[in-house]
Amino acid sequence: MDAARPALSRRAALLLALPPGVFLAVFFAWPVASIVARGLFPAGGFDAGAVLAVWTRPATLDVILFTVALALGATALTLIVGLPAAWVFARFRFPGKSVARALVTVPFVLPTIVVGSAFLALLGPRSPVNALLVAVGGPDAPQVRLDGSTTAIVLASIFYNIAVVIRLVGGLWAHLDPRAEEAARMLGASPWRAFRETTWPLLRPAVLSATSIVLLFTLTSFGVVLLLGAPGQATLEVEIYRQTAVLLDLGAAAALSVLQLVGVFVLLLAHARAQERLAVEQRLRPTADVERTPTTRREKAAVGAILGGLAVLLGLPLLVLVERSFAGSRGYSFAAYQALVEQPRRAGLFVPPAEAIGNSLAFAFATLLIAGSLGLCAALVVGYRRGWLPQTFDALVMLPLGTSAVTVGFGFLIALDSPPLDLRTSVLIIPLAHSLVALPFVVRAVAPVIRSIDPRLREAAAVLGAPPRRSWREIDGPIVARAALVGAMFAFAVSLGEFGATLFIARPDRPTLPIAIYRLLGLPGATNFAQAMALSTVLLILTAVAVLFIERLRGVGPSPF
Amino acid sequence: MPDRTSPSPTSTRVPVPGAPAPATPAPDRAAGALRLERVTARYGERTALESVDLDVPAGQIVSLLGPSGSGKTTLLRIVAGLERPAAGRLTFDGRDLAAVPVHERGFGLMFQDYALFPHRDVAGNVAFGLRMAGWDAARVRARVADVLALVGLPGAEARAVARLSGGEQQRVALARALAPSPRLLMLDEPMGSLDRSLRDRLPDELRRIFEQLELTVLYVTHDQDEALRVAQRTIVLRDGRVEADAAPESLWARPPTRFTAEFLGFRNVITGVVEGGVARTAWGSLPVAASMAPGPATLVVRPDALRLTADGVIAGVVISRRFRGDHVLLTVDVSPPGAPPLEVEARGAALPDPGEAVRVAVDPDGVVRLPG
Repeated sequence: MDAARPALSRRAALLLALPPGVFLAVFFAWPVASIVARGLFPAGGFDAGAVLAVWTRPATLDVILFTVALALGATALTLIVGLPAAWVFARFRFPGKSVARALVTVPFVLPTIVVGSAFLALLGPRSPVNALLVAVGGPDAPQVRLDGSTTAIVLASIFYNIAVVIRLVGGLWAHLDPRAEEAARMLGASPWRAFRETTWPLLRPAVLSATSIVLLFTLTSFGVVLLLGAPGQATLEVEIYRQTAVLLDLGAAAALSVLQLVGVFVLLLAHARAQERLAVEQRLRPTADVERTPTTRREKAAVGAILGGLAVLLGLPLLVLVERSFAGSRGYSFAAYQALVEQPRRAGLFVPPAEAIGNSLAFAFATLLIAGSLGLCAALVVGYRRGWLPQTFDALVMLPLGTSAVTVGFGFLIALDSPPLDLRTSVLIIPLAHSLVALPFVVRAVAPVIRSIDPRLREAAAVLGAPPRRSWREIDGPIVARAALVGAMFAFAVSLGEFGATLFIARPDRPTLPIAIYRLLGLPGATNFAQAMALSTVLLILTAVAVLFIERLRGVGPSPF
Repeated sequence: MPDRTSPSPTSTRVPVPGAPAPATPAPDRAAGALRLERVTARYGERTALESVDLDVPAGQIVSLLGPSGSGKTTLLRIVAGLERPAAGRLTFDGRDLAAVPVHERGFGLMFQDYALFPHRDVAGNVAFGLRMAGWDAARVRARVADVLALVGLPGAEARAVARLSGGEQQRVALARALAPSPRLLMLDEPMGSLDRSLRDRLPDELRRIFEQLELTVLYVTHDQDEALRVAQRTIVLRDGRVEADAAPESLWARPPTRFTAEFLGFRNVITGVVEGGVARTAWGSLPVAASMAPGPATLVVRPDALRLTADGVIAGVVISRRFRGDHVLLTVDVSPPGAPPLEVEARGAALPDPGEAVRVAVDPDGVVRLPG
């Protein structure tokens, strides 16, 4: 009997779902289906035995075990490190807080290739520590190396994903009424008990969200493992890449892709369902009411230690990355940066690396337009409609995020090579692939904001004489527009950093920044390494600018990324 | 329905006592009469309103009083058009409201907790309804200033709503509802989150504003004091039905039902037999109005009818004494076993302590026979 109908009619929702739906069908379902089909039906017939053989190979089991163990371990550690940091950002006021919050977000948007290079610079053979050891002890001095180890991958995963925990959990935490916890204390609960009984239940949806997103990222991490992992250690994603690009065993790659797709889809579906079940409607308070300056000595020490640790974990790799880009054989110089604009003479590079900057910016801008508009359509459906249909749609939109970028990239090459969709040589192929990966970010930036709009505000507008459309424009419009802009900027940043799919579809003469960095890292010599670091620094600065722009735009309120 | 978009320039002004004379004419929209006929509302299995009839003449201030869950808010939401009744008819000035959507009703609703637009400043909130009505910017500005002055917040236009105190938010919400000169103003627990001193002061201020603007008002509250002070007529709701409907004075003087009496805070209720100006009860023989119908009856003894005196008709022992500001509430145990304790509001110096024997006199005018 509620006359305040959903702000979006069923018909409008279906119309809005159409463009992102078609996009996903053509540029996700079709390529993925093509590569899976090519793998599963090699000679036109289905060979279940071959698929089973791939799944039950000892090597496959090793890969799966390693992938899951790495993902679970890295996710658990990210939560352990991230939750205290989320608490500090949510509950305390400290000088430079807004800048710190922006800086904490930077790693998350950083391209995996930059994160990989940063940890390579910090822990690898060319680290400042090793440079010092060589300077002191000569070329035969003992070396400290952590690259090629699981430790390096886990460290990089924490570095990369901690922002998810801080933003997602801390974002909500900062708006929870601390008086609930105080009330519990007054009723005789210890601080820990009070937290567990009052704050934790409200926080749980955000923690669950953060956990599943981090899990998804670690399960499908590619660039970091490729760069930092030992040769024998492969995650499912890296193994799929190896099977397709190195061993050319499409059947095995397809069997593994199917495994990954199913696992990820189940995870996403469970996440969407849990979100709806766990969501507690609550009055959010302005952060100004919630945060306070640390008072007791213990509080000050805790806040200081957590922030200090965070600064080391997040700051050190990036500082070393920048430092390495200036370090040459004869002290610090801009040599690496100057070399970026020179015509390469060595094999593997076809254009001056600096050209990659222009390519990346153009692709990122196109991605912003495509993913921004499609994502807004999808977010409106997911944000305004309830029930299993929008829920499933939500999970489908998120699916590309959890799919092997390698599978997507290779699928593009196979599926989109014949008319009417012959895109292999088109410049559009890269922004289209990037939009696929960016779409979930746009939806995640916009849909929760839509859900958080208090329906009584729309009612108030209606009572004051606003017809439904007008009330949407006045109340939801400005809030949604802002969120959409944030989502579009995320699309921009995602495109700047996308690596896995681009590795397959980028033409040699049109590399993006991450591809150029990867190629430079693959070449021998200190000069190439320094150039890779220099290019990574450029990419770092571009993403940081995008993130700062997002920060300025973002209004108050919880937001997933 | 008067044309919302083109208010006549010759219309009446909003009078603002103690503030500079308003520079703009208020929109011309006379208050109207509301009628509910057998309105029923259901939430799934639960019935929120059961066949409610209600007639509110133009310009009347009606308070809807009842405990939570009695259907007060549902009634407001149905009148506002935010919810549809399961059965029944609503008319306003004789016109059926069924086909009139929320935004075309021209009513004002002040939400519980106010529902102010967080992304707009005070002026943006108050101006909203005027912009919807298509006013030009200059007139909107002037009207906003007038209404803010009316509610006692002159010059607050540019303030952010998140930075307002509870009382200020309440005033902004009222200003927002008043600005388009609604033909019917509804308020849902408007004092919900206010402190005691504001709750003491605001009902009179609100009534002054309502009367000045000659508004038809539905005022929802669970506070009997507020309900009686603000309104010209009080309707008590219980489980979705109208339990009582009377002027505040008469409701207070003769509560029509036991539920109403207890909800108004009358604690002394007892059964007895009435005959010839005397009621025989467990408390003793109480004097009652000579005109009271004889026979077995349930009686309410209003607090103002009881007085401590040496020659009172009721004898008992004080068992507790509670300080209540302007009076002390004594609980008196009346001797016959099984008689409910009597609660007496005592004033003055030298009041008895627990354990002391007292006698209580009863004013026959304060003894009310409940029907049935």
